[in-house]
Amino acid sequence: MAGLLLRQSLRGIWVIAYRELLRFARERSRLASTLGMPIIFMVVFSEGLKRQIGALAVGVDFVKFMYPGIIAMSVFINAIFSGLSVVWDREIGFLKEVLVSPLNRSGVVLGKALGASVIALFQALVMLALAPLFGVPLSLRIVLELIPIVIVLAFSLAGFGLLIGSRMRSQQGFQVLVQMVVFPLTFLAGVFFPVNNVPRWMEIVSKLNPLTYGVDAIRRIFLVGEISATGQNSGHSIIGVTVFGHTTTTIEDVALVGLLGAALLIGAIFSFNRHT
Amino acid sequence: MNHEQKTPSVSETVISTAGLVRNFGHTQAVKGISFSVAEGEVFGFLGPNGAGKTTTISMLCTLLAPSAGEATVAGFDIRSKRTEVRRSIGLVFQDPTLDEYLTAIQNLRFHAYAYGVPKRVRDERIYELLNLMELWDRRNSSVREFSGGMKRRLEIARGLLHHPRILFLDEPTLGLDPQTRHRIWKYVLDLRRRESLTIFLTTHYMDEAENCDRIAIIDKGEIVALDRPEALKDSLGGDVVTLRVEDGKGAVAELFARYELSASIEGGGVCFKLPGAEEFLPGLMRSFSCEILGVTVRRPTLDDVFLSLTGHSIRDDRPATGQQLRRYLNTPGMKSQLN
Repeated sequence: MAGLLLRQSLRGIWVIAYRELLRFARERSRLASTLGMPIIFMVVFSEGLKRQIGALAVGVDFVKFMYPGIIAMSVFINAIFSGLSVVWDREIGFLKEVLVSPLNRSGVVLGKALGASVIALFQALVMLALAPLFGVPLSLRIVLELIPIVIVLAFSLAGFGLLIGSRMRSQQGFQVLVQMVVFPLTFLAGVFFPVNNVPRWMEIVSKLNPLTYGVDAIRRIFLVGEISATGQNSGHSIIGVTVFGHTTTTIEDVALVGLLGAALLIGAIFSFNRHT
Repeated sequence: MNHEQKTPSVSETVISTAGLVRNFGHTQAVKGISFSVAEGEVFGFLGPNGAGKTTTISMLCTLLAPSAGEATVAGFDIRSKRTEVRRSIGLVFQDPTLDEYLTAIQNLRFHAYAYGVPKRVRDERIYELLNLMELWDRRNSSVREFSGGMKRRLEIARGLLHHPRILFLDEPTLGLDPQTRHRIWKYVLDLRRRESLTIFLTTHYMDEAENCDRIAIIDKGEIVALDRPEALKDSLGGDVVTLRVEDGKGAVAELFARYELSASIEGGGVCFKLPGAEEFLPGLMRSFSCEILGVTVRRPTLDDVFLSLTGHSIRDDRPATGQQLRRYLNTPGMKSQLN
């Protein structure tokens, strides 16, 4: 009986994830827009600010600093869009086809999260492949560390997206929410500047913002080697988030986002069960 | 068609409800309905929009929890055995539920995966159903490019993919042109013959209800009648005959004296009701002493049945004039004015 239930859930997860990927592959415009945005950010900001902003730390210029932040941002946006996919399914009626099938609700939520995570990972890897174009050095270690961290971040943000998506009725509502909440949080997460050296109010907001820890986790993969090799700049660290004198490590960053994400996913499952 | 064999017996009942109720806030959309459907039957819910048809279907399909009452579908309780119920039924909704960005065959595959249809059955079944619905040639087209009728056919194919025991069709031909509606019905009746399938459908089209073995007439959340379409129509007392004659009063008197028919003069004609009027009339014409200038015979329609049971027409969804006036006069304000 328990085995049957598990099989049922697992089938739900992969069937739903399969469809998310199928949709993604067939919708060229979405592929172009989600992949295009980070690349445009990268090109415009790095080219535009390269000469204005010097090295943020020894050996770390602005492009090297921003690049991991852009990867994190792209992961966030893609993962949160899993929630939009639920709203979209509700609007076109497809959600009913899913709800009346024998797939269980938890499997549906986890399947959406898995689908979004695979898409987010795919886009992160595409960005990674473009690293040499921006003059960012790559190594096998970076790739191997990036994959699990991206997956944890993507699942967490998908949990957030799905929690909202399970309650929303219109796509417009979801878009507004993304613009009013997700973009500001992303910009305040240290994608474009180090959060340890900003005005006090912004520092507080940024350090309360869970996305900050996600951005930091990804940035550390790229910069940890460079910075320890060359020594820290005096005063404010550009990696690690310093809270009450303690500077976080990668493990702490990922654990914080991951635990919060797990709670959000569980919340999404409950909410989805109740609202459908 | 022998309808007697289709009367539900205990052993082959596939849907049974007892006092099913659904409230939305303070309004009661379904007010305690009870009925049962036999295996292999085409059972129709006929009623105007807002009568509670879709609410009932949603409860039977486990999409909506009943506020009170009991129901079993394919032998499973709709509250405690939801997964089993879902596995046993196919459902075609009123509004499309296809993923339009996917192709026809991708939509079907998704459904097969979701219902765990074994691989060796799957492709054969998809081929068979798409052929039956005349969509095989379009299997790799995006559903976006399909017409309303094609989408509906694809949804019916999808609903049958996992060999359900019962197919639920909620207004299967709503918004389709008459030719397409006719075709959809041809498929549905074909299917029933091939697959010992029970079909539960809702409609507000009278002519469609005629295709059902039995229909439940539902109005304002209650079943007001449940029988074979012919029996429902016969319950009105037979065909409506109108004679155009020179001497109306004389004709009324003669009809009563010779045939014990109580006729009345309505709109310049003499009207009476009689089962099997077509057989009766030739004899009457030969021996009737008043001169008959014209005859019309009208079979009562389900609309007449609906009208006589509820006091309003199913189509215009408004009370008939007499009823409306009576209601108007019955409002407290009016009464005091009249007194």
